[in-house]
Amino acid sequence: MANPDVTFVAKSFMEHLPVYQVLVPFVSAPLCVLFGNRQFAWYLTFLACFISFIVSILLLNQVAEFGTISYALGGWPPPIGIEYRIDFLNAFLLVLVSGMALLTSVYLKGTIDLEVERSNQTLFLTCLLLCVSGLLGVLITGDAFNLFVFLEISSLSTYVLVAQGANKDRRALTASFDYLIMGTIGATFFVIGLGFLYAATGTLNMYDIAGRIQGDLPDRTIQVAFAFILVGLGLKGALFPLHTWLPKAYSFSPTPAAIFLASTATKVAIYAIVRFLFSVFFSHPTMLETVLVNVVMPLGILAMFVAGGIAFYQRDLKRMLAFSSVSQIGYILVGVSFMSSKGLTAAIIHLFNHGITKGLLFMCAGVIFLRYKASFYKEMSGLGRIMPWTSAAFLIGGLSLIGIPGTAGFISKWILVQAALEQGSWLIALAILLSSLIAVLYVWQVTEIMYFGDSSKKGFEISVGPFSYITIWILAVATIFFGLSTSFTLEYSSEAARVLLNEFSLTD
Amino acid sequence: MVGLTLDQLKILLTGHSIYWLFIILMMTGFYIVVSRGNLIKKIIGLNLFQTSVFLFYISIGKVSGGTAPILPMKLKVDDFSVYSNPLPHVLILTAIVVGVATTALGLSLIIRIKEAYNSIEEHDLLEEDRSQFSNENNEDRKFGGFF
Repeated sequence: MANPDVTFVAKSFMEHLPVYQVLVPFVSAPLCVLFGNRQFAWYLTFLACFISFIVSILLLNQVAEFGTISYALGGWPPPIGIEYRIDFLNAFLLVLVSGMALLTSVYLKGTIDLEVERSNQTLFLTCLLLCVSGLLGVLITGDAFNLFVFLEISSLSTYVLVAQGANKDRRALTASFDYLIMGTIGATFFVIGLGFLYAATGTLNMYDIAGRIQGDLPDRTIQVAFAFILVGLGLKGALFPLHTWLPKAYSFSPTPAAIFLASTATKVAIYAIVRFLFSVFFSHPTMLETVLVNVVMPLGILAMFVAGGIAFYQRDLKRMLAFSSVSQIGYILVGVSFMSSKGLTAAIIHLFNHGITKGLLFMCAGVIFLRYKASFYKEMSGLGRIMPWTSAAFLIGGLSLIGIPGTAGFISKWILVQAALEQGSWLIALAILLSSLIAVLYVWQVTEIMYFGDSSKKGFEISVGPFSYITIWILAVATIFFGLSTSFTLEYSSEAARVLLNEFSLTD
Repeated sequence: MVGLTLDQLKILLTGHSIYWLFIILMMTGFYIVVSRGNLIKKIIGLNLFQTSVFLFYISIGKVSGGTAPILPMKLKVDDFSVYSNPLPHVLILTAIVVGVATTALGLSLIIRIKEAYNSIEEHDLLEEDRSQFSNENNEDRKFGGFF
């Protein structure tokens, strides 16, 4: 017997999915503070992340079934009201961000007692939820100013999360302060760019702006707006050489924060860059091409080599992973700068694959860090015998970082090399392969110490809960799964690239 | 200088004077952030930098000859009166809130830094970290009292 009320609720729930995506973690955050109990806060965090994960999967299904969703917030139709617009690209990344949020919330159940003071745990979870809702908001919104507000919600809570590492290492405070300065400059640059766009078009809806800046030649205002937006978002996305905040912020923040940031925060900023490039400024392909080929691509290639080289010289696991993140961002940017369907597919799939890989590596590094109270290579000598399972999971992540066949990282690099060859740029394909050799070096260094070093140091007895190990293995299996079965990732990312380039190729 | 007549120069300076003010203020703020070692001064510079953007937004909302965009409820409304654009003001209200939150967070971080390092000069902080962690990459570190 069907209850009419229930079907009504279910129907309106399905209709309002886009707003629930952001609202669930956003409302849960103050509820955590209100009740103030850290056990309750964890359950609420877990529940909120779980619901947003389910919502993101439902949204992806809806997009796959009905195409792009446009949701008018508060019933005000765009371009007057704020529009939430979901196509394949952001639906796909919503799954990544909410999924990583869910895994992080499970992981931190096992480690939070060891890393964050009890009195701060509720607030830590609150900030994590705010960060999640901010990042989800950046992904989902179609309004440029709304994007800025969500970007700042996520960034402000990120600064707090990073600073929580201070009771282990006081350098977390200066790392957080540096990040705050750089992040705010980035956000302000973004706002300046938006101001110019608004002055030129009189609208803030991204798709409306795109329609109004079409013309033969972009005027000076549009060019300036583009430059400011690219640099501003580049600062947030740790585009080489604007990455200087990233290594410190990742290596001194508490592990749950590092996991979530490394796997999602920079990805979301790069998403915003891609969105502006191909959904807003697409009507000026020559301007895009000039900037992408002359600025973004060289910087991307430079990032692959220089940041990879710096990662090789690190003697601290977390710092090495942070620099490797910067170099991996280089691959994504090179993929974007090809401006081809294959290149964008490679970039989008690498956003996803690198997200889960880096999440896995930071999860392992977190457990290792807690055992040895440091993450220096020399402490970890012989780890393969002391913590065989975690070391094995770390190895899987490392292989994926290099791009060994059978892991997720291989798929994205394979498509990226294909995209380079499609463009006829042999040199770039060669650069991608050579820089992968650097990844071999810095991953091998750790592997050698883990498996061939003498296990004289046993570390401290710690009680990391089973939750952390479960999430590590979920991600390790996912890394291999997405390396063997590409139907999910490849289908959605190529579809996303197709939708993005659809408008773009029309104007060519 | 190149190919710039006096008239063009005049327009460049006076016609765009609001932009010049905005750029000068913005660069002043930016310069303070980059050049000063004192963390409080950095935050002040950041504030100046943000404020210049707020002024820029407000200025683009101005419609020449326009009045305040307030609709009087009971007074007779002249259909032909020109109003300034209120939207940038609303945007900037939001941006001001973001700016206040950033400043508050920055200042509270400075308090924590002061407690941890007993200084808020960037130079001192670097020096102290360097002397404490200079050998972390090659020698064994003592963890006692630190964690």
